[in-house]
Amino acid sequence: MFDRDYWHEIGSSLAKNKIRTVLTAFGVFWGIFMLMIMIGSGSGLKNGVNNGMGDFATNSVFMWTRQTTIPYKGLPRNRSFYYRNDDIQALKDNIPELEILAPRLEGGGRQSGNNVIRKEKAGAFSIYGDYPEWNLIDPANIDQGRFLNQIDILQNRKVAVIGKRVLEVLFNKDENPIGQYVQINGVYFQVVGVFSPKNQNMNFGGDKEQSIHIPFTTLQKVYNYGDVVGWFAMTSKKDISVTVVEEKAKHLLKERHKVAPEDERAIGFFNLQKEFDQMTGLFAGINGLIWVVGIGTLLAGVIGISNIMLVIVKERTREIGIMRALGATPSKIMAQIIGESVFLTTLAGYTGLVIGVFIIEMIDKNLPAAATSDTMFLHPTIDFKVAVSALIILVISGVLAGLIPARRAISIKPIDALRFE
Amino acid sequence: MIKLQNINKSYHMGSNSLHVLKGIDLTVEKGEMVSIMGSSGSGKSTLLNIIGLLDSHDAGEYLLDGKVIREMSETKAAMLRNKMLGFVFQSFNLISFKNAMENVALPLYYQGVSRRKRNIIAMEYLERVGLTAWSNHLPNELSGGQKQRLAIARALIGQPKIILADEPTGALDSATSSEVMDLFGEINQSGITIMIVTHENDIAHRTQRIIKLNDGLIHTDQKNGVPRPPEKPALN
Ligand SMILES: Nc1ncnc2c1ncn2[C@@H]1O[C@H](COP(=O)(O)OP(=O)(O)OP(=O)(O)O)[C@@H](O)[C@H]1O
Ligand SMILES: [Mg+2]
Repeated sequence: MFDRDYWHEIGSSLAKNKIRTVLTAFGVFWGIFMLMIMIGSGSGLKNGVNNGMGDFATNSVFMWTRQTTIPYKGLPRNRSFYYRNDDIQALKDNIPELEILAPRLEGGGRQSGNNVIRKEKAGAFSIYGDYPEWNLIDPANIDQGRFLNQIDILQNRKVAVIGKRVLEVLFNKDENPIGQYVQINGVYFQVVGVFSPKNQNMNFGGDKEQSIHIPFTTLQKVYNYGDVVGWFAMTSKKDISVTVVEEKAKHLLKERHKVAPEDERAIGFFNLQKEFDQMTGLFAGINGLIWVVGIGTLLAGVIGISNIMLVIVKERTREIGIMRALGATPSKIMAQIIGESVFLTTLAGYTGLVIGVFIIEMIDKNLPAAATSDTMFLHPTIDFKVAVSALIILVISGVLAGLIPARRAISIKPIDALRFE
Repeated sequence: MIKLQNINKSYHMGSNSLHVLKGIDLTVEKGEMVSIMGSSGSGKSTLLNIIGLLDSHDAGEYLLDGKVIREMSETKAAMLRNKMLGFVFQSFNLISFKNAMENVALPLYYQGVSRRKRNIIAMEYLERVGLTAWSNHLPNELSGGQKQRLAIARALIGQPKIILADEPTGALDSATSSEVMDLFGEINQSGITIMIVTHENDIAHRTQRIIKLNDGLIHTDQKNGVPRPPEKPALN
């Protein structure tokens, strides 16, 4: 059935109406083309935002202190309080869902001018007192040396892991920073590692390249913070929502610090998971919209094809009559017309698909590389599965577009078809 | 071969209805060559189309090669037309974008014969009607007589038992008409039943039997023996 004559028939009947065929096919072409461009752009946007997050743990929550707003147990409102070292153990002991706990204390910031000095060089950098677990919350690339470890914490070592930009400012190009000393707020620290952040979109009030990590305990001791903890970063165990950890930690910390249970403002927090889920939801929404618009455009194109097939069938009524007189069965005629419709739809759609994918790939090639950019648009791609399903949709819609004209073609008696002028 | 009993056919247009065939009784034996005559509008084409399964009859019985034709599905009718019947029309009804060979080969396409094979067979039939040299030409590059010979080749290629021709010479001059009738004569000699609708007496007189229709009924049915030689036009 699908031999050369079959295709010859299709080709010659479409070629007879070249301009009209091309114009109609353009509808389907445009539908698929726009769908591909939109899907590619959607993925580019998503990849861009996701890249901005790097390997940042998305199932994380951050918790700091604010002033109380409700008097409780004889204590007045507007009371300031601080987390303490023993909160760390309490959180670990009481919240089984907790996976990583990374307390942080921010040391003298860079706002106060050059706070880090090495020989004749100086710079203003953010100083963070951290536990080794920090590098699991916001993993960075360790370019040289190592990140903080447990021994640094236990022994209150005066060691520092410096950001890439810190290295550039304080050291000459050919110098090996490892083992060298830098003076942070008047105290000497030995550099044990250099890092570069994997993302820039997730930061805590400063360029991460211009920050220095020192052991949490060292920071407390050297700069006389006592046992104060700045804030906690926490993640939940696999398959457990971090909101569970958030609720339990808030409850526990309120209790330990004599904060009224109903005081919603005393503990400041940021649930990244929720934000992330919202964003994921947003992208799903965008994606859904893309398909709705794309399919709509495609549908308009397919209706156009159905329309022109009706016209072609009408013009060929007599020819179809001849074919039937010569013994063409209704199913042969239907196969012929549906074949033409599928051929036209698929060819036009495939062209749109190829050109759309090509343009997306060209855009991808000309975008800056992933690691260096803090762009919101990155690496647009069209999933192979998406392309295949688009093609399947095309073939099916081609069949549907041909169905009405095909039924029309065989609904008239052969003799009426032969008499048709 | 063909047996019609009390065939009736009406056309309905809105509230009007036109009774075209009012009870046709007719038997055509295998190998006969019959012409159908009658004034315009007497129902000749209607009758031929019913015999050719292109149209349906309202009442009466039609037996084609012993098979009762009644309320037949289009698929079955198409297959019967393909195997049993060959058509020749006044307006040729060739497919304009197919060349002579492809036009002739078309019925074999619907029989599922491979392209190579059917083109070889088509060339044989083109030779038989003297159009070998024109096999690559499109229909509009042929003369009327050539077109009709092409149509006859196409009607023959399916090796039908019956050829139905509705005014096959209606669009041709007398010399060309005579050629076409020679061809029909040869075909009839090979045992194929032929029915020709015509207005022309000399065409009719080259068949063995003339049926005259009048107002939807058979008026006369006369056998006039052997077909006359083409050189001497009939004096009737
Ligand atoms: N499809 C149709 N619908 C309505 N009326 C029809 C139809 N076909 C034929 N008729 C009518 O039926 C009558 C017989 O038509 P038919 O074509 O059989 O005549 P004919 O004998 O072949 O005439 P002619 O010699 O002019 O070809 C005519 O009056 C014609 O108008
Ligand atoms: Mg007629």
